[in-house]
Amino acid sequence: MSREYSLQAPLRDEDVIHLKIGDRVLLSGIIYTARDAAHKKIVQALETGAELPFPLKGAVIYYVGPSPAPAGRPIGSAGPTTSYRMDSYTPRLHSLGVKATIGKGKRSQEVKDALVRHNAVYFGATGGAGALLSQRIVSSKIIAFEDLGPEAVRELVVRDFPLLVVNDAFGGELYARPNLPD
Amino acid sequence: MRTVTSSDIADRVAEMVVRTNRILPPDVLAAISRAKENESSPSGREILGQLEENAALARESGLPLCQDTGMAVFFVELGEQCRVEGASLREAITQGMVRGYQDGLLRKSMCHPLTRKNTGDNSPAAIHVELVPGDGLKISFMAKGGGSENMSRVTMLSPAQGWRGIKEFVLDRVAEAGPNPCPPTMLGIGIGGSFELAPRLAKQALLRPLDQPHPDPEIVRMEQELLDEINSLGIGPMGLGGDTTCLAVRIIMAPCHIASLPLAVNVQCHSARHEEVLL
Repeated sequence: MSREYSLQAPLRDEDVIHLKIGDRVLLSGIIYTARDAAHKKIVQALETGAELPFPLKGAVIYYVGPSPAPAGRPIGSAGPTTSYRMDSYTPRLHSLGVKATIGKGKRSQEVKDALVRHNAVYFGATGGAGALLSQRIVSSKIIAFEDLGPEAVRELVVRDFPLLVVNDAFGGELYARPNLPD
Repeated sequence: MRTVTSSDIADRVAEMVVRTNRILPPDVLAAISRAKENESSPSGREILGQLEENAALARESGLPLCQDTGMAVFFVELGEQCRVEGASLREAITQGMVRGYQDGLLRKSMCHPLTRKNTGDNSPAAIHVELVPGDGLKISFMAKGGGSENMSRVTMLSPAQGWRGIKEFVLDRVAEAGPNPCPPTMLGIGIGGSFELAPRLAKQALLRPLDQPHPDPEIVRMEQELLDEINSLGIGPMGLGGDTTCLAVRIIMAPCHIASLPLAVNVQCHSARHEEVLL
């Protein structure tokens, strides 16, 4: 049975532990954008001990590279990008306190194991609905790696951002398994 | 000999790239709405409804349909009796594309393959030019997203594998891609040609409108057979399960070497944005 929750980011352990695959979440609060190039830089910062662009504890990371903001709007189109490209970085970020990531598409077994180990979740948002999703973003500010252009790290304030729990902290997986003929 | 100025070409291209990124082609929108009527999965119907809503909002607000406004891909048919005056044809198309992506607030998604440094203006575009008889100039544009492009593949089958091998490869590809390319997808399939020609045919196949059947009834039958088998996989909209995994299969076939059976599958997401202008 799918249930509905309204949650406030950053997330706490007790927010995540109740979530099961198929649950719908309306997320409000502060989240951070990062995709391929920003992940690489964040992990480099961890290795050199440089300052991180945002606190990892409780953080929600949104895999998105938005289009430029029109006048009078905080952001342009802003839907999820495909998540597997971040898989090699994600377990480490969960071990340091990241509670959720938002994207689309399948995750590796290593990421699913990290969700169980660190009590975290993977949320899916509707891919290709970037205009619609942008309406739930209240503000956007570049906080690191401005030179990366669309891949810069942004702090977003979201209100009732619509998500589905795709992988939960119990090893569950929402995506349909294809019925391939033998 | 007819003359077209490069500034006219740039202007028309600039308008086209912006419009294409804001307005979903009517045949694609109609296919999404029809799929919603026939979809048995509630989550599938909900996703398809969101896509209709997203298309309406993008059209009204001028926001791009998707933040991934794509690599700019152009297929150009240049008449042998048509001359471009001013800058070269490639320069004109590139200038128009760059201006459209800048002024239309489209995302600049192109970067160095290794340093990953963004080129800053969405250049270069992929521009495929074909010389054709006559004095016309037709420029087709596709805003090709990276997520679906990453799920595309080319392979060299053995001739003995034939149609059966082709179907197996396509179905495996769709099953493995699962939710990643933003289903419901469209598949462009290039059969035959050569190692470099098959993927180009596959991409070109995606330009044929969904309400325009292939003139060859045998290809219509092949497209339908593949479509039915793909939709039996049950992947569904955004991979959440359902009847609508693929909206259409589009095939272009070409003769190939007696030793080869090249096959390319170009996956396109549901936001299948393309348009053409005649100059």
